[in-house]
Amino acid sequence: MTTDVQRLTVVTEDDASRRLRRRVFSVVAHLLLIGASILMLYPLLWLLASSFRPENEIFTSGISVMPSASWDLDSYPRGWNGLQVGFGTFFSNSFIISILSVIGNVAACSLAAFAFARLEFRGRKFWFAMMLMTLMLPYQVTLIPQYVLFLNLGWVNTFLPLIVPKFLAADAFFIFLMVQFFRGIPKELDEAARMDGAGPWRIYWKIMLPLSTPVLATAAIFTFIWTWDDFFGPLIYLSELRDYTVMLGLRTFTDSTGQSDYGGLFAMSVLSLVPIFVFFLFFQRLLIEGIATTGMKR
Amino acid sequence: MTAQSISASARNKGGAVGSTFWSRAWENHAPGYLFLLPWFIGFFGLTIGPIITSLYLSFTHFDLLTAPRWAGLDNYIRMFTNDRNFVASMRVTMFFVIFSVPLKLAFALGVALLLNRGMRGLPLYRALFYLPSLLGASVAIAILWRQIFAGDGLVNQFLALFGIVGPSWISNPNYSLWTLIVLSIWQFGSPMIIFLAGLRSIPQDMYEAASLEGASKWRVFWKITLPMLTPVVFFNAIIQTIEGFKSFTPAFIISGGTGSPINSTLFYTLYLYNEAFSFFRMGYASALAWVLLAIVAVFTAFSFFTSKFWVHYDD
Repeated sequence: MTTDVQRLTVVTEDDASRRLRRRVFSVVAHLLLIGASILMLYPLLWLLASSFRPENEIFTSGISVMPSASWDLDSYPRGWNGLQVGFGTFFSNSFIISILSVIGNVAACSLAAFAFARLEFRGRKFWFAMMLMTLMLPYQVTLIPQYVLFLNLGWVNTFLPLIVPKFLAADAFFIFLMVQFFRGIPKELDEAARMDGAGPWRIYWKIMLPLSTPVLATAAIFTFIWTWDDFFGPLIYLSELRDYTVMLGLRTFTDSTGQSDYGGLFAMSVLSLVPIFVFFLFFQRLLIEGIATTGMKR
Repeated sequence: MTAQSISASARNKGGAVGSTFWSRAWENHAPGYLFLLPWFIGFFGLTIGPIITSLYLSFTHFDLLTAPRWAGLDNYIRMFTNDRNFVASMRVTMFFVIFSVPLKLAFALGVALLLNRGMRGLPLYRALFYLPSLLGASVAIAILWRQIFAGDGLVNQFLALFGIVGPSWISNPNYSLWTLIVLSIWQFGSPMIIFLAGLRSIPQDMYEAASLEGASKWRVFWKITLPMLTPVVFFNAIIQTIEGFKSFTPAFIISGGTGSPINSTLFYTLYLYNEAFSFFRMGYASALAWVLLAIVAVFTAFSFFTSKFWVHYDD
């Protein structure tokens, strides 16, 4: 009897100490994670805070990210009009290129993905393998001939070299993403539709696309963000200031103002991140799922 | 009888002749090719055609204004025997990849393991850690980085609190490349998400079996978690390495497009860009691109070959 009681108390003590250990571990882990989060986000907060400081306080405020007493919005209009062409033009250029890229990419990639995922035709496996190969290809290999091609077409200094490839499904990654998703849609649905006499186009348009809104949205958002962020393409193809995208505008700002107008530069940097941040706020679950299921690079 | 059933009966008879053969072939194969049409135009016009052309251009001198002049192996010979910038850019890129990829993956895996222990607030942490990955490719972030690591930047202001006078990190050739490596590690969020997904797909009963046998946590990690996770580690390593080789924007912005100071941030892509679009040596730049392709191909083939020895597959 006594031994039983003893054993019981030993067990509960063991249990309690384990629970305590887990508690301690959990607290330590949270402290670590909170510390890491602050460290990671600090540069972004500092950028935001600096954009609201008067010019002479930016580098005298130390590491503080608290807004200074003299809350100052001047940097924004100063940056906005800091170059001969205003940032309004750059923003509208970036939006035009990004939105057309989204339309082209989603349309062309979903067509190709539907063919790979659902249609039977000779050579399907071969072409699918070729498509996968292009995923690994460094863009530098096609860069110069593409430039020569677009130059000969008279497209340099227009938006066309940045947009037309998207309508030709040049970003094979999104085809792959959509093929994965389409394969998960039950085949019975299109077989039933085929029984009712629906052709491939109707199946694509009436069945596949409506059932695929999550993947289409993921592709659209990532296309937008990557196009918005793209620096290399605009750097090569756009040389007139009025055609510049926001990214090129920022780069020009760092060059032309030398080291003087940090406030304006920071303010425009903040604005350039706003569209991406908005997508992050509203669609982060979609973005994270997209990465988790397909292993996206960013 | 509907058209559908006619074609179905034709199919049943097998090897039809004449027009039925062609109409059947059309019916079976044409839709696939029609749906692929935009991709085909892009594939041949923007990928295959340019690949072949750039291979040809790599054996020429080409300044964009006059026709390419055949140069034989000149470009490649010059690259490997008489081009200090090529050697410098290769060294910078290799250094960057060798340090940034393992460190980034180590951070990603470490945080993923921590989060995977059923931490409360996981979605919030995951989102916060992911944010830098999403924003990181932007020019704005490169500009921010340049300020953070400047002589009077955030890092040195922080060090000053402890009485340490830090160097100007970005204009010191000993540290400039490290600032870019730190920038890359800062973006560990997306491999972390992939690790989290991988951790979650490890069957729970394996852990239960191990705990019944009284295995220590350390042992469980080495004997179950890590082996089961090797396919994800492998995948992340390949993707991040290829991304590392292709990295361009941060080095361009931070060094003002030159790879300075003293070529310490002269990434391979940056060198290639300057050869092509600053000096218009398009033939030489094409040769550089082909060497890059060869490196990426050899690296990928090598990884897949060695993966047999350390990547764990179920079947």
